[in-house]
Amino acid sequence: MSGQAHKEMYFHGDGISLRFGGVTALSGVGFHVRRNSLQAIIGPNGAGKTSLFNVITGFYRMDEGEIHLDGSRISGLAPHVVSRHGIVRTFQNLEIFTNMTVLENVLTGSHLLAGYGPLDFFLRTRRFFREERELRERAEGCLDFVGLSAHRDLPAGQLPFGSQRLLEIARALAAEPRVLLLDEPAAGLNMKETSALGGLIRRIVDRGITVVMVEHDMDLVMRISDRVLVLNYGEVIAGGTPAEVQKDPAVVAAYLGEE
Amino acid sequence: MDGHNAGLLAFAAAAAVVPFLLPNDYYLTVLIVSGLYTILAVGLNLLMGYAGQASLGHAAFYGLSAYTTGILTGTHGWPVWAGIAAGLALSTAVAYLIAVPTLKLRGNYLAMGTLGFGIIVYIVFNEATELTGGPSGLTGIPKLNVAGKVFSSDREYYYVVWGAAILLFLLAQNLVRSRMGRALRAIHTSETAASVLGVDTQRYKIFVFVLSAFYAAVGGALYAHYVTFVSPSTFSFGTSVLLVTMVVLGGMASLWGAVLGALFLTFLPEWLRAIENFDILVYGAILIACMMFLPGGLAEGAERLWGAAASLLRRAGAAGRPAGGGSAG
Repeated sequence: MSGQAHKEMYFHGDGISLRFGGVTALSGVGFHVRRNSLQAIIGPNGAGKTSLFNVITGFYRMDEGEIHLDGSRISGLAPHVVSRHGIVRTFQNLEIFTNMTVLENVLTGSHLLAGYGPLDFFLRTRRFFREERELRERAEGCLDFVGLSAHRDLPAGQLPFGSQRLLEIARALAAEPRVLLLDEPAAGLNMKETSALGGLIRRIVDRGITVVMVEHDMDLVMRISDRVLVLNYGEVIAGGTPAEVQKDPAVVAAYLGEE
Repeated sequence: MDGHNAGLLAFAAAAAVVPFLLPNDYYLTVLIVSGLYTILAVGLNLLMGYAGQASLGHAAFYGLSAYTTGILTGTHGWPVWAGIAAGLALSTAVAYLIAVPTLKLRGNYLAMGTLGFGIIVYIVFNEATELTGGPSGLTGIPKLNVAGKVFSSDREYYYVVWGAAILLFLLAQNLVRSRMGRALRAIHTSETAASVLGVDTQRYKIFVFVLSAFYAAVGGALYAHYVTFVSPSTFSFGTSVLLVTMVVLGGMASLWGAVLGALFLTFLPEWLRAIENFDILVYGAILIACMMFLPGGLAEGAERLWGAAASLLRRAGAAGRPAGGGSAG
């Protein structure tokens, strides 16, 4: 396989269909995400964007299709197994652990990066202390990265909404994902916050993480994405660079209605 | 050693001297019972307070262990250590078998499932007369003895029970302050987010359910070899509810809360005996008042009290001695 082709085939789904009874949420959807790039998924409400995320992360079982990450098949796996393959997501409606501090939230993100078991934590072995120290350093690094270090000991529920979004990203980064799925990361943010978020997402890609983002904010999508995939009524109607997609008549029709 | 262990050490030291300060042995009995309840409440708090999974049937694990060791040692003459080991093993094995299907349920359904299990076990204790002695109970259980040493006095047993309670508290605290403890609290707020981060939620829920049943089983075995008699009423639905009350009143997701809840709810009925006939009314009123003014439980109350005392001390220190006693303003 040539380098270019390998890059193309890093993270891809083929022929994904998802039906709820008689309703078709996804119909033969395919996507190809290059390693270390930012792929946006856009589409009108109800186009199937979040359904696609739920299929990728194993919360929905698709009726047809396959998903592969770097050569291994990840479709049909339970959510906690999918995350073991390095795919971690955030949520449109935040799923912050409000019963923990900011730092503890991020520590939980690194759950899989420590290997110690019951004997280690019950008996407080050296391995426990060593791995906990590593988790803590990683967590503090992630908080620093999103700019929440100052609030690390605050109960997470007390953070303002915009910071909670950042906390979810920090928590996901603490898992050291290969692929990070962001579900409407800019929803509910003001313009200034959205602009800062755009810079943050690009820096995540710079860290070597492949990012797939569902987003409604077109300015943000067009400004930072490498590739854009457009869904409508559960089908892919267009894909390409932001410039290509913006000119695509099918996309214009989907968003503005046909003449 | 960190602050958490220092607190526990101070508590252990206090527990060690308390028997010498008691006016009479009656309080020793109450303290032994509250030590048993502490073990149960700490275990149940891991399940309810941390992982957020309700159990309205925990008295069953308490009872299964007590009856198992009671029958094996009392009726069949097994050595006490073997009876206790069998009691712990049976109770935790049953907990595992119950956990696998039951923990697929959530919220009220999980509560109903565990409630049903508790009632079934209670009925078995009552009806399997040949084995359990039925409603009149099982007598002739030997006192705890280890390597020939019989723990026959209340004072000795006090140290056994509170020693076990403190050890199990330490283990629970070590669990809570680990990646597993964080995973359990994550399950409490969002199973979805926990699983996205790689937490095998079902496996962790089963683990903590079995662990909390193990705690209940330790309490049950220690109970059987203390009282030397077991009867079904000790392990009724009312006991399961009492345990839940201890956890909630003490403070969810607070191990110290579980200790406070167990002590408070064991001593309260004893204190209220003085006002017989009205005791149940006052008991209820106190519980309601606690939940109204201390939604975070007794642990929150103790924390607030501690904070107030500390700031008062600081202020007294800042006022300085030369100025003399400052006014309480």
